[in-house]
Formats: sequence, C-alpha cells, structure tokens
Amino acid sequence: MAPHKTTPDDDGDDDMQDVDSMQVDSAGAGEKTLVKDELEQMFDDDLDDEPMVDASNVYKNNSGKAGMAVVSDILSANPSDPQIMLQFYSRLFPWRQLFRWLNHSELPSTDFAHREFAFTLHNEAYLRYQSYPTFETLRRDVLKLNPSRFEIGPVYSARPRDRKQVPKGSFKPIEKELVFDIDLTDYDEIRTCCSKTKICIKCWQFVTMAIKVVDVALREDFGFQHIMWVYSGRRGAHAWVCDKKARRLDDGKRRAIAAYFEVVKGGSQSGKKVNLDRPLHPHIRRSHDILKDDFKRNILENQDPFRTEKQAERLLQLLPDRQLNEALREKWDSTIERPSSDKWKDIDALAGSGASKTVIPKVLLEHKQDVILEYTYPRLDAEVSKHLNHLLKSPFVVHPGTGKVCVPIDISKLDEFDPDDVPTVMQLLKEIDDWKNPVKKEEDGDNPLSRVSDIDKTSLKPYHDLFSKFVQKLLNAEKSDHLEKPKIKMEGVDF
Amino acid sequence: MLGRDAIRQQRRDVRKAAYGNKLDGSSGGRGSGLAYPHRLNFYTVPPKEEISLEEFEQWAIDRLKVLGEIETSQFRNHTPQEIDATLKRLLEKYMPLASNSSIPESDRSNPRRFAGLSNERKKDHYSHFILRLAFARTEELRRRFTATESVLFRYRFSTDNTVERAEFLNSLDLNSEAVGDSEKNALAEDLKAVLVSGSKMPAEKARQLFEQEQYLKVEWDRVSDLVESRKVFLKRGYAYLPNTMMLSLVMAEFSRRLNEALIKTDRMLPRLDEDGRLVPILEHLSKGFTAPEYTSSTSLASTSGETITAAKIDSLSSHFPMCMKNLHTAVRRDKHLRHFGRLQYGLFLKGIGLSIDEALIFWRQAFSKFTDDQFNKEYRYNIRHSYGLQGGGRNYKPMSCQQILMDRPPGTGENHGCPYRHFSLDNLTVAMGRMMGVEDRSVISGVRQDVEAKKYHLACNRVFEYLHEKELKKRDGGAERKETITHPNEYFDKSWALKNPTKNGGDGGASETKVKSEDGDVVMT
Repeated sequence: MAPHKTTPDDDGDDDMQDVDSMQVDSAGAGEKTLVKDELEQMFDDDLDDEPMVDASNVYKNNSGKAGMAVVSDILSANPSDPQIMLQFYSRLFPWRQLFRWLNHSELPSTDFAHREFAFTLHNEAYLRYQSYPTFETLRRDVLKLNPSRFEIGPVYSARPRDRKQVPKGSFKPIEKELVFDIDLTDYDEIRTCCSKTKICIKCWQFVTMAIKVVDVALREDFGFQHIMWVYSGRRGAHAWVCDKKARRLDDGKRRAIAAYFEVVKGGSQSGKKVNLDRPLHPHIRRSHDILKDDFKRNILENQDPFRTEKQAERLLQLLPDRQLNEALREKWDSTIERPSSDKWKDIDALAGSGASKTVIPKVLLEHKQDVILEYTYPRLDAEVSKHLNHLLKSPFVVHPGTGKVCVPIDISKLDEFDPDDVPTVMQLLKEIDDWKNPVKKEEDGDNPLSRVSDIDKTSLKPYHDLFSKFVQKLLNAEKSDHLEKPKIKMEGVDF
Repeated sequence: MLGRDAIRQQRRDVRKAAYGNKLDGSSGGRGSGLAYPHRLNFYTVPPKEEISLEEFEQWAIDRLKVLGEIETSQFRNHTPQEIDATLKRLLEKYMPLASNSSIPESDRSNPRRFAGLSNERKKDHYSHFILRLAFARTEELRRRFTATESVLFRYRFSTDNTVERAEFLNSLDLNSEAVGDSEKNALAEDLKAVLVSGSKMPAEKARQLFEQEQYLKVEWDRVSDLVESRKVFLKRGYAYLPNTMMLSLVMAEFSRRLNEALIKTDRMLPRLDEDGRLVPILEHLSKGFTAPEYTSSTSLASTSGETITAAKIDSLSSHFPMCMKNLHTAVRRDKHLRHFGRLQYGLFLKGIGLSIDEALIFWRQAFSKFTDDQFNKEYRYNIRHSYGLQGGGRNYKPMSCQQILMDRPPGTGENHGCPYRHFSLDNLTVAMGRMMGVEDRSVISGVRQDVEAKKYHLACNRVFEYLHEKELKKRDGGAERKETITHPNEYFDKSWALKNPTKNGGDGGASETKVKSEDGDVVMT
C-alpha cells in the first residue's frame, strides 16, 4: 500500500488512506495507559468521574466574566480551539447513536468493539487503531484526548488495540460500510463561481446532483437500502452505505462499484472526458435524464462556463463537426461574452439551419449528451470507495477549518440543503447558552425529569433526529441476524 | 531412505494438505465412469492415487513453466492475443490437453482407448494440486497463483469445443436463476441496450439477437468484473447475465473457489513440514516463480560514481521517459503535484539515485508556493515514508510501466500515469513535440498507431529509439537490436548510458535489469 495522507488543505477533503505506519511514534507510550484505562472502565459503569466541563468556566477564561459579553467571544472563537471542542464532545456529540449505528444492536458486540477509531490530535499527531467496548469508554477517551477530529475505520478480526498481541496475519479488516466521497476540488476545472476551499450555493449544486445520481443507483441497481449522506464540513459530502451486504464487500467488489460509477475519466491532458458506448447503459441513461434539466439551470445559467472566448473554445472541442464549429465560432465572435445558455441553444439552431453539410444529427446529439455528463455527472474520489480499510471522518465531528458540524443530509429534502445553514460549533454553544426553558415552572427546581438535553436546545436537533431515525431503521433490519452474532464477553478480560 | 509405508504416509499428508480435511471426498464428474470425463477441470477434487517423486517434481515444473510465462507476458504488457499465442505454443510442449472429440465417439467409453486423454488430464490435475502446496504459503503467492491459473483456465475454456464446454458447465453448480419470458420482456429496453452497447448494430439485427438471447439472474457481486465495466444490467442487486457471458461467471467462481482452497491448504501445510523430501521440492518450486522486477540497487549513481543531486534533476530530465518528463513539467509549472504524481515521480527519482536528503531539497524547492511549515506538515512525512524512513520502514520500489499503466488512471487535476495511454491523441501529439522534442511526422504517426493498438510500451520505445538514433547506431553498428523497455528507470539508465558511453565501459549497458528468459532462468541483459 502506498503511503497516502491527505489533509484538508491538500488534495482530498478529509479522508485518510490506511497506512499501517501512519501511527505516530509517540503514540506508543500513550497507548499502554489507554489499555489500562480501558480495563478500569470496563468495570466502571457510572460516569461520575468524567472530566467535568462547564461552559461558563471556559468563557470566563477568555473574558473574565460570564454572560452576554462572552457571546461574541464564542462566535469569533477558533473552531479548533481545544476548549470549544471539549464542550462540543461533552455536551453535543451523539455518542449513543454513534454506538448503535456502528454496533448494529443495543447489546455491545464485536461490531463496535473491533472497530477502529483514529484521532487527529491538536498537535496534528495521528493516533490509529483505537478501539472501545462501548460508547462510554469511547466518549471518555475523546474527552481526555480532545482530538480536533476523528475517523472511523473497519471492523477487524480482533480488537484493534490488541493487534500486536494476536498472531501475525490474523489481524485483518473484516467489514466496513461502503463509502463514497464527493469533493468539490474535483470540480475545480468546471466550476466558475468559487475555487479552492471556497464554496457557495451555486457550486454546492454539483454535490446535490452527484448525490441524486449515486443514491438512486445504489438503491435501484445494487439494492442497498441503508444509505446515509453526510456533509463533510466544507465542500463535499460522504455516503455511508450500511447494509450488511455492503459492509462485507471485499476490495475487488468495492472497486467494481467504484468503476461502475466512473464516467468522467482522464487527467488534465485527456481532452474529452466522457466517451461512452451507445446505446447508453441504463444507469447512465437514467443519470442523464436526471441531470439534463439541472444542466440548464445549474450549469448553463449559474456557472455560465462557456462565456469567454477561451471557455467557448473548450465547448467546441467537445463537439464533433468542424463545419458547425466554424459557424458557431463566427456567430460567437460577433457577440462578446454571449451567455452559455444562448450558446448552447445556438448549437442546435445552427445545425438545424444547415450551417454545416457534414453534421450528423445523431452524433451531435450524443456529443451533447456527453457534454451534459461531463459538466454534471458525479466525480467521485474512487480511492476512498475502493478499499475496505480506508478511514473516513465520522459523522457529527467538527470540520477544523470551518467549525461546521458534519451533519447528515436529509435525502428527501436534498434540494433544500445549503451548507451555509449548517450550524458551526460556536453557534451551537451559543444556542445552549441562550436557551430558556419555555415550560419550566419555578417549583420544578432542578427536577431531572424536566431537564432538556443540550442537543435539544440547539439547531443540531433535526440532524440528530434524522440520524436516530436512520439508525433505528438499520437496527430493525439487522434484528433477524442478531441471534447468531457473537456477543462480547463483558467478564472476559483475558489476555 | 524412506520406507514404503513412510512414503505412503507422506502422500496421504499431501492429499490432506491439498484438500483440507475432507479426505473422503468422492471424485466429481464420474457420470461416464471415467476419472476425467471433461477436458476442463475446476480442481475441486484432490488427487488420490500415488505418483512417483520424479513425476511429482517434473509435472509441477512443467506447469510452472506455463504459469511463469503467463506472468512474464502480463508484465510485458502483451495483448490477450499475444498471450494466447504464447500459451498455445507452451501448452503443446509441456501440457497438452486434447478434447474428447480427438478420438472417435465409439471409443470414448472404452477406458483403454481413453487412456491417452486420461493421462494428460491426470497430469493437469496433479500438477495443479502440487503447485497449490507450493503457493499457498503467503498471500502474495496465493494471489499470483490464482491470477495465472485463471488466465490458463480462461484460455482453455475459450478454446474448448462448444458441446463439451456446455457439458462441463452443466457439471458445475453455479447457483443462478433463469429469467422468465415475461420478466425478460418487461426489461427488454434495458437489457437490449446493454446487450448491443458499442456494437453499432442495426436495430433489426439487435432485435433478433435479443430475442435469441437467454438470461440468467445472479447476485451482482458474483460477476463483479462485468459490473465494473458496465457490461450487465443491474436491478435491485441482481445482474442479468446473457448466456453468452457465462465465462465471466465461471471465471469468478473459478478464482473464488481456488482462493478459498489455497487458504485451507495454507492452514494444513504445517503438517507437511515433518516430511524431509517434499518440502525442499516445494520450496524450490515457489522460488522459481518470481516476477521480473527492476532492481534499483544498481542505480546510475552507484555504477558511474556520479552523485545525483536536486540541482541536477532539470538537466537529467532530458533522459526521462515521457511519463516522468510530464510530471517534472507539471511540478515546475504548478509548484505542486497531487499524491499519486508525487508517488510515481518520487519513487522514480529515488530509483535514479536521488538520496533522501537531496529528495527533500528537491521537493522543498519544487513546492515553492508552500511555506516551510506547510511543507513539513504535509509532504515531508510522505517523502520520508517513500524512502522507508518513516512508519513501517517499507522500501518502496520505483513503479514499473505495468503498474503505471494498470494501477490508477489519473483523475481531474492529476498528472501521473502514462501519457501514451492517458492523454488524448491530440494532446499527446502536442506534448510529444513540446516535452520530448519529437516533431518527426513518421515517428508521430507510428506512435499514434501504437497507441490505437493499445501498445503503449511500443510507443514509448519508438520515441526512445528515435531520440537515441545516433547513439544506438554507433553502439550497435547498425545491427538491429530489439530490447523493449518496460520500466521508466530502465529508460533513464539506458538513455543516460547511451549519452555517456565513456563512463561505464563500452557496452552502454549501465542498467542491470533482471528479466526472466522464456525458460524461467534469470539472465542479465
């Protein structure tokens, strides 16, 4: 396996390829103590001694007093501020649902206990092969290490922490969700509104279009049902396909799916990037039908990618007929910066008016279809999908650059999703701070029954509900297989 | 000297090891009363009869010669047709396998008349199982064994007599479901689109073809190669497989079963270690199956005494093959390369003798748009890793043409890969002029032909020969000397040696590429 480390400022957004050796050297010492802690924690069910973090204390550190003066401090704080992150993990992160999601059952099983977690610490050290019997121990460790983010890897044949104790060769990845990564970096050559790490609602439509096409194919073609889309925190989205069959796919089959989805091919020198056999494969034809209206609105109107002469030349390169191109060039030369929508209409208009004697309508149509696909069809980072042991950022962690929470996307309201609406960790903490119980009566005092959880005080709630609903559906589907699954022995601390 | 009983015991162990614990498995396909009714064999039943130690070794060696050649051919980027031609020749020599139709029908039920065929099939059967023992030990060996055996099986399957092939298929249990007429008609549009895709077939002919076609339904992951290339229609997790595509299903099943069996064999192997006579033979066999590999230990720097430094890369780039020239141009232009570009180029530079310290200097200077801090944080680790100095300490080898061609095609914004394969023809033509200085019309049209025939290594060699025309003539005195370059570092070394003939004694062969000759011996070219 090649060394591969991508960081938010490099190629991919937030994925991490498995490299056995990514483990930072300094982790060795810390690891031993973690194992010891874990043992203690397994006998220790109450969480009373967890590090107590109180929001108001943190603010005091900055401003000297609690209250309104502090609010502006939260909002302007650096999202990767360790104190902010600690607040987030202790008060807002949905640990229980994360556990249920990965465990596929209410009772602790190896699905969770053998799962790898990898932490990126605030000093950029990367700590791999962490594992936990339950969510309480995971939560406790996160509060102690306070990572800036963490990733989820595969379920292994043994507990990842114990990988050095088991015989060599018998420690291997067994299952992981099938994952997809859409990142706007891969669209840089065709998006005109933003570049690099910037993003707006116009270019977010590339992600929306990609999700539509991939989601329907995963359901209709491959028969998967449990697909969760998660905003990656900046300029992309991840899919987690959680069906049991998807989780057990080996690398070869993951590669097959990745290739099935690959339509836009070629590097910076490849010329025309969509070259498809006709008739189109049903998956491509369906994708084209979904995308062709989006092309008019999202691409021609909003991106306007053929406006300048140089850009228009790129369009002509993708068309088949030389005479027609000459006619188009002539027409476009006379009107400076004619909008892309008009230029697109010109193609058929001129072809229909006999501007070229050599143009073949069917070939022209096919090339136009190819152009639509080149500008709208999903550009997936295939490497992420191909490998069972690829790590992917956990849902609900905070993107260190933007402070936004990696929230699940409601696929039934996909068109309404706007990354701008996604709350940042600072907003959420402020919402907790500002929250006043509308029904609270004086006599309730500190009655725990009337206590409202922190998540419910914030705009994270709808995303949390969405996640819970998804997890519940997954658990219901798993129930029938449950009986055979080996349960972790809670008493078994045998080495 | 082993006693008779001991030898018997040892053979039993071999059987056990080859077959897992199901020692009493009944021989499959006994319907006709013959041990080997079919020419083709899925190798599900292990050998049960005794053979001599000489046969044991000889049969295995014969099969190994065939498998070794398959691997070499793949390494050299031969086309499927070329591999088929090689296989035809080798199989006739080492492992002929005739079809039932080669003897009169009336004789086929007569075991004595059938003996010739039976012996061929027995050798095929036994040699396969012997090699399983030799190649079960590591995952790498298992993978290569399965891959080459699959090529061999595919060749035999596709050259088999159609009637006999159908009989053989019937004897396998492939667990698929026939698609009824009503379902077929309901899905007609989709099924037909996939069936005739790319064939440019007239509508009427397409309709006829579709009507004659019969479909099977299997879970999609059993024909994942067809899914990968979108050659089947998928619906709700099922792949609709036309009869004409059975090969895919059979091949997937063949390699799946073989791989499982090899893992079982591996678990049984420790028992064999008690035996003193088979183990050395098996050890020897598995060593004979080594892939040719460019050895970067004899890099230019060590043979010529010249030190390669970061500062010299620009001038040395005149000796780079186009893939590396392209990466070099890209990194100079963009002040950055994406991951697989860094990997491909970095390992190449390491291969030509750039030390880790110089490599860090080179990349630091090349990535001039980054701050020291960014560079140290994001790239330093990677570079040190590729020199085996960080993390697992694995010493990565420079990529071969095979790897560059096959591994991962460049995506948007990426510059790795092979220009001959991954550039459009027009861009390639321009790039040849701009990067390599090749303007000669005949060379360009030759390259275009090579590329269209998918012979990318020939295109590269053609450019090499053109650029070194003078030197080659001088060295070889006009004599034709055909040697195909199959590794970017080999290209570099050859180019450098030709332009600097004095520095390494006459022959111009600074490179010491280990290439396996046809007989499986290692020769130095």
